[in-house]
Amino acid sequence: MKKVNAVVIGAGAGGGVVAKELSTGGLSVVLLERGRWQNANDDRKDDLRNQRTTVLGNAFGPDDDGNPRVVVDLGGSEHVVAPSEGWYSNNAACVGGGTLSWGAQAWRFMRQDFRMRSTYGAPEGSTLEDWPISYDDLEPFYEKAEWEIGVSGNDDGNPFKAPRRRPLPMPALPPNREYEILMPAAKRLGLHPFDIPMARNSVPYNGRGPCMRCRWCVGFACEVDAKNGTQNTVIPTALATGNCELHTGCMTKEIILDDRGRATGVSYFDARGHLQTQPADFVVVSCAAIESARLLLNSKSRLHPRGLGNRYDNVGRNLQGHTYTGAVGAFDFEAYDDVGPGAGIAISDFNHGNPGLRGGAMLANEFIRLPIHVTGMLPPGTPRWGAAHKDAMRHYYKRTMVIMGPTQEMPMAESRVQVDPKVRDRWGIPVARLSGDRHPHTLEVGRAMCDKAAMWLKEAGAVRTWPMLPGRGFSGGQHQAGTCRMGDDAKSSVVNRHCQVHDVDNVFVVDGGVHVTNGGFNPALTIMTIGYYASAGILRMWRGTGLRS
Amino acid sequence: MNRRRFLQAGAAAAAALSATSCRRSQGRWRFFTDAQGRTLAALCDQIVPPDAYPGAAQAGAVEFIDRQLMRHYRKHRAAYRRGLAETDQLSIGTFGHDFASLTFAQQTEVVRVLEGQRRTFFDLVLSHTMQSFYGSPRHGGNRDAVSWRMLGVPEPPVRGRSQFDGAGKRPT
Repeated sequence: MKKVNAVVIGAGAGGGVVAKELSTGGLSVVLLERGRWQNANDDRKDDLRNQRTTVLGNAFGPDDDGNPRVVVDLGGSEHVVAPSEGWYSNNAACVGGGTLSWGAQAWRFMRQDFRMRSTYGAPEGSTLEDWPISYDDLEPFYEKAEWEIGVSGNDDGNPFKAPRRRPLPMPALPPNREYEILMPAAKRLGLHPFDIPMARNSVPYNGRGPCMRCRWCVGFACEVDAKNGTQNTVIPTALATGNCELHTGCMTKEIILDDRGRATGVSYFDARGHLQTQPADFVVVSCAAIESARLLLNSKSRLHPRGLGNRYDNVGRNLQGHTYTGAVGAFDFEAYDDVGPGAGIAISDFNHGNPGLRGGAMLANEFIRLPIHVTGMLPPGTPRWGAAHKDAMRHYYKRTMVIMGPTQEMPMAESRVQVDPKVRDRWGIPVARLSGDRHPHTLEVGRAMCDKAAMWLKEAGAVRTWPMLPGRGFSGGQHQAGTCRMGDDAKSSVVNRHCQVHDVDNVFVVDGGVHVTNGGFNPALTIMTIGYYASAGILRMWRGTGLRS
Repeated sequence: MNRRRFLQAGAAAAAALSATSCRRSQGRWRFFTDAQGRTLAALCDQIVPPDAYPGAAQAGAVEFIDRQLMRHYRKHRAAYRRGLAETDQLSIGTFGHDFASLTFAQQTEVVRVLEGQRRTFFDLVLSHTMQSFYGSPRHGGNRDAVSWRMLGVPEPPVRGRSQFDGAGKRPT
């Protein structure tokens, strides 16, 4: 196969951006994606089979057949799990990755989120650390992401945000009923509510129309293509350059290293299952935190017997995500107005500065809940079945609101991705093995966020609230991060500040894996931003010829 | 294989095929026997009982579960066979009749025992019944979008679109 400048593995939030930046920069790129290129007609608005509810399977990949993982529970027992099962910690496998079916909250992290250790000190048992780069290093790239991907919203009312040079490119969507109820309540409490930044067109943008406000939003591909991900923005731009080839249905087996320890390309199984070799000057790994760690660990060679970049046993450690906590409130009036996407209003008052706590969470109203979700969200004490349950569904479906947020987690070395010694996937590649727990302090912060959410709901008129308490076990899922930590010290991290693997200078990791900490916000915009930031560094190195072999 | 053996094999295959299709055409379900279907229907109606709106069974719960046992829920087949048999045994032991023949109140008593003593099976039926009743009509449950109408969720679920929104009329 013809040698290219760059092979990028994974067409999600990170890889899509990198493919675009490199190909518009004149480099030849092959973008490998194990999933398919899907659209709204493929997922068919199925409330039992989508990104959020997977009881009948995964709508956005991977398939349940032949893609297992091994999960070690808190008691030490091993379980082989399929992608549609919760502990699999799935993100997605399709062009666009998670950004095809996401809720599209497009947050910038705050200054403190890059300096967690300096701000708070690490709690015992946690590897809490500062990033080697700051918010200011990323700010221009946040801006680029917001304008190229397309973000609507208005965070003028958020005094806690880190400074931005340019406003968001699109205004916020008009408020729905929940927003109208929650906005004055937050103000009465002295909080600072504002419009959630969303990668969703509120007005025509990038040649596509605005959101039509349907309820089938989070967890689904957008019917009118008003939700912005890499699949309808940067990836088409990359392909239009003529410099980028996208190969779907291709599962990367390993990164090939030569005797000097440099990458020469990758081997992958193509859509027909044939093993192919793609030579490249350099390799960008963007498979999301779990699969990126798996690929590095599976790329063993003479100089890297424990896996690529794993000289100091750091690859796969510090697996984290977000501990979602909050509260449900019941009202004696209807708060549901069927105007999507549902989520619209947020506060950042409790991301930092909570006495005695490290970090916190952004709190926002939840996306529209479909009836199947509400069956399990009724007030505590409601019978699980029978006439009383049916009555409760009728009473509460339109009379509840949910406030919740992604509690920032305290990373732990013991929460990790390994490769399983026995179980292999359909291609014969050793699968990811996940184990670990959440730090007690994460649970403490999460419980505090439950109280804040309940307070807001009560002020809004809730006659009763009940908490959504933090769960145990390792974290990950769609917000998975941390497994290929960025750092200046090669002994305690996997990649340097340029997302370059410490001891293999032509392999880069660009996804949530490099996040040292994951902020108290949905992380996708930060992943895209790191895509732009890392690409700028790669192009600088390329022009200095440091990457040509 | 010579010609005669080929023909014999073909005839045997045809006989097997017709036997299968005969059996299928007699029963209503893909997986369940008629008796199992009756037991399950009554069980589902305990979970979402009929009132001013249809219960789970009338809305297609058995159709939903039967279909999925041939697909995504294949792994639950043994649990259903055993669980339904135990439900009937428990009913016969307590009231002298199989579950479907009991009064609604007697069935409720049996379900309470199931919930306590056969928790795994009961939780399985509970979650599948909820999925059938409150989930998409395209899987055979929630017939005519009855639960969505009950909750006042407007239809069609996606404005401006009719391709797949036929409330289960489009076979899957």
